[in-house]
Amino acid sequence: MKKRDIVMGLLVALFLAFFFSPFVSTRPDGLEKVAKDQGFLDRAEVAPVVTSLVPNYICPGIKDERMATSLAGALGVLLVFGVGYATAALLKKK
Amino acid sequence: MAFFHGGLGLCVKKTKEFLKDRMVPLMGVMSAFIFAAQMLNFPVIGGTSGHLLGGVLAAALLGPWAGAIVIACVLMVQCLIFQDGGLTALGANIFNMAIVGTIGGYFIYRLIVRIVGGIRGIITGVAVAAWLSVVMASSVCAIELSLSGTSPFKIALSAMAGIHALIGLGEAVISCFVVIFVLKTRPDLVYNYNKK
Repeated sequence: MKKRDIVMGLLVALFLAFFFSPFVSTRPDGLEKVAKDQGFLDRAEVAPVVTSLVPNYICPGIKDERMATSLAGALGVLLVFGVGYATAALLKKK
Repeated sequence: MAFFHGGLGLCVKKTKEFLKDRMVPLMGVMSAFIFAAQMLNFPVIGGTSGHLLGGVLAAALLGPWAGAIVIACVLMVQCLIFQDGGLTALGANIFNMAIVGTIGGYFIYRLIVRIVGGIRGIITGVAVAAWLSVVMASSVCAIELSLSGTSPFKIALSAMAGIHALIGLGEAVISCFVVIFVLKTRPDLVYNYNKK
C-alpha cells in the first residue's frame, strides 16, 4: 500500500465521519429496539465502569451538537487508524 | 470471558503467521473506514436504524484473522473512548462481531467464492456472507441475552434475527459497493485474489 492510498483511504473515512455523522438516523438500532420492546433497555442504564473521553460521540465543551458529533467522528477515525495501524505493526514485528 | 479472549488470541497467532508488510497500513485504513461507517446509521422499517458491521468487508480485504483484529480494535475504541457498548459487554461484542461475524462470515464468503468462482464469486460471496454475518452475530447475541437471563430465548432470537435480517440487507449492499470499488481500483488489495 502506497502512502497515497493510505492518505486517500483515511480521507474517505474522515469525510464520512465528519460530514455525514451529524445527519444519520437517530432511531434506535437493532439491539436497542429489541431491548426497548422487550423491556430490558433500562438494564443498560447503569453508571459506566470507565469514564469515557467523548461519551456518545459528542465532543464535550462544544455547543453546536452537529459540530460536536462531527469532531468526535473525525477524532475517532484518526484514533482508530492509529490503534489499527499500531496493532498491525506490533503483530508484524514479533 | 476467557472463551471470548481465546478466540482473539487465536486471531493474534494466525495474524502473525499471515500478516504481510503491505497489510499493516491497510489494517489501519480499514479500521478507520469501518469506524466511520459504523457511525452512519441508516433507517430501516419499524422505527429502527442499522449500521454497518464491516466484518465480512474487512475479511474480504485482509483475511479472517486480521479482519477480526480490525473489528476488535474498532469495538475497543468505541467502548473506551465513546462509551458505546459497555466495558462489561466488550468481550461478548468482540466474540459476536469479530469472531462469529468476521471469521464465521469469511468462511461462508470463501465457500461461495469457491463454488461460483471469479469476480462474480467474490461479489456474490460478499453479499451473502455480509447478510448472514449480521444475522449470525445478532443470533449469538440473542443466545447470550437468554443465557444471562435478560430475555427469554425464543423471543430474543426471533426479535434480534428478525430486525437484523433487514439490517443485513444494508450490510450486503454497502459491503458489495466497497468491494466492487476496490476490485475496480486496487484489485490487489482483495485478500487471496491475485493468487489464483
